[in-house]
Amino acid sequence: MANYVVKRVAYAFLTIFLISIITFALMNMIPGGPFLSEKAVSPETTQALKEKYGLDKSLPEQYISYMGKLLQGDLGLSLKQKGRTANDIIFSTFPVSASLGGISILVALILGITMGSVAALNRGKWGDSVLMVISTLGIAVPSFVVATALMVTFGVNLRLLPTMGLKTPLHYIMPVAALSFYPMAYITRLMRSSMLDALNQDYIRTAKAKGVSKVVMLFKHALRNAIIPVITYVGPLLAYTVTGSFVVETIFNIPGLGREFINCISGRDYPMVMSTTIFLAALLVFMNVLVDICYKLVDPRIKLK
Amino acid sequence: MSEIKLKKNPLSLQLNAEDFLPASEEEKRERIVMRESTTYWKDALQRFSKNKVAMVSFFVIILIMLCAFIVPVFYPYQYDQQVRGSEDLRPMQYSEMELQKISKGESVFPHIFGTDKFGRDMAVRTMIGARISLLVGLVASALVLLIGSIYGAVSGYFGGKVDLVMMRIVDIIYSVPDMLIIILLQVTMKEPLNRLFSSNPALAGFQQIGVGLISIFITFSLLYWVGMARIVRGQIMMLKEQEFVTAAKALGASNRRIIAEHLLPNCIGTLIVTTTLQIPSAIFTEAFLSFLNLGVAAPMASLGSLANDALDGITSYAYRLVVPSVAISLIILSFNLFGDGLRDAFDPKLKK
Repeated sequence: MANYVVKRVAYAFLTIFLISIITFALMNMIPGGPFLSEKAVSPETTQALKEKYGLDKSLPEQYISYMGKLLQGDLGLSLKQKGRTANDIIFSTFPVSASLGGISILVALILGITMGSVAALNRGKWGDSVLMVISTLGIAVPSFVVATALMVTFGVNLRLLPTMGLKTPLHYIMPVAALSFYPMAYITRLMRSSMLDALNQDYIRTAKAKGVSKVVMLFKHALRNAIIPVITYVGPLLAYTVTGSFVVETIFNIPGLGREFINCISGRDYPMVMSTTIFLAALLVFMNVLVDICYKLVDPRIKLK
Repeated sequence: MSEIKLKKNPLSLQLNAEDFLPASEEEKRERIVMRESTTYWKDALQRFSKNKVAMVSFFVIILIMLCAFIVPVFYPYQYDQQVRGSEDLRPMQYSEMELQKISKGESVFPHIFGTDKFGRDMAVRTMIGARISLLVGLVASALVLLIGSIYGAVSGYFGGKVDLVMMRIVDIIYSVPDMLIIILLQVTMKEPLNRLFSSNPALAGFQQIGVGLISIFITFSLLYWVGMARIVRGQIMMLKEQEFVTAAKALGASNRRIIAEHLLPNCIGTLIVTTTLQIPSAIFTEAFLSFLNLGVAAPMASLGSLANDALDGITSYAYRLVVPSVAISLIILSFNLFGDGLRDAFDPKLKK
């Protein structure tokens, strides 16, 4: 186990190393450079500025100093929001996104697992068909469509729910619904097929033959085995939630990291785009490692190689 | 014959006289070939055509392709044509100028989905948007197929250290959060690509396709092939142990020939299914990027950018969001169901 954990963490660092090289290379591809302004600047001033920010050094040297700062937790400065560091912006907006994303993930997991199990238990009946139609639609409709459709119907036309910000629990309803619709649908399908598999296993027949009550059979025998494929989906689910939050936070005007990221992109605030990418990428990579380790812990049948 | 029935020694070489009697009518009938033996393709086609959902989605895809690639050629409006005086029309509504024309007896083609705020016909823009989405889906999946199958086949066939190194690279790329890197590439590559295309006349053709699309293709060929490579590698590793590979090797076939002529054609089913299921995910990505204004540039339309344009007047012109949204959902849904149908047809063992 310890071996496996060490290996996975080492790969995670390799991945982040790769991402940092990509971001660094892309940063150097952007035309113009950081010192472009409307006023004509004398070559001496540009030279002095370059020396000050270390841009006169060779690319590998620049990369090393860039990585050195990153490792110390310094993500750089924002070009557009003068005087604010990337750390400041990211750590003030991230908690908002984390609470929204966390709730959405929980909602998607709870609803998806319940709906998938209900569909499997009612296989072929109308309840199963209804749930399957919903989940098939769910994986085909993009999140930005769900978000805008919800906003127009419940926010603008019916005026039932607030459309801006994230102040009260009521504010959470629409963004969470938009963000969790696709993963919920996906988990429902996953759960239905794995539950059907589990219900056909010999140990379920044995349990039935023993006279185990239906509740114990479902929760103790079937559900615990059927839920394992869902755990493998948690990694992609995290990644989906992060990218989904870009759209949902922009549409509902939520002051989270997602909206900030999109603002940075449209404002061509390159350093902020880089720092946010590195931050989110590192977060996702390590969360994935965590999920994988949990997965191996939960299912003792999986061999640790 | 029947008088004496000797018990036959099981080891005796004596022949049975009954074995040499002419075959009875019943036995002859058993020998008649009732059905022609089916080939792999016929078998798959037969299973596929029995699957109603898959057939319906197949026809929907054909219909969408016709609308996207053929209909705009004959359509009376162009996607970037701004009809003066016909701004912000509702579906099937005519502007005053067009009404005057009609009263004079001229025929005016109706704006089935209305027009946008520049007086551009929404129906033809939706069709062009669908064309872009389909193009992205098909080209990106073809790139994924090309890179993924060759990489996976080489890795699986050679095995050992080659496989180890190649698969570790796949592992690392696999754990890179793709959407983040795609957004980053989209943001940063536009300018350099623009410069590259405008400075080099040989590459001018690319500029017409649009830098946004080109960078989508580049990102797909950089990141999305890993799933395909893993699947192909698994298949090749199973196949390479089989006798026909040993036979080919014994006949002196080169490694390249074995991979191209013997191994890859044998996983054609998997290749088709995986590629088909890649299409909706590519379309999804393109719509997402265009919705964030990172995809195609105006006046070109994609379904995602149409949805984004609709946000401006969402309270009064909600149908402008509905049309591209329904189109994109329909495309993704039918490709998903089509791919599922293909998988069941090629590999019925997987069917749930």
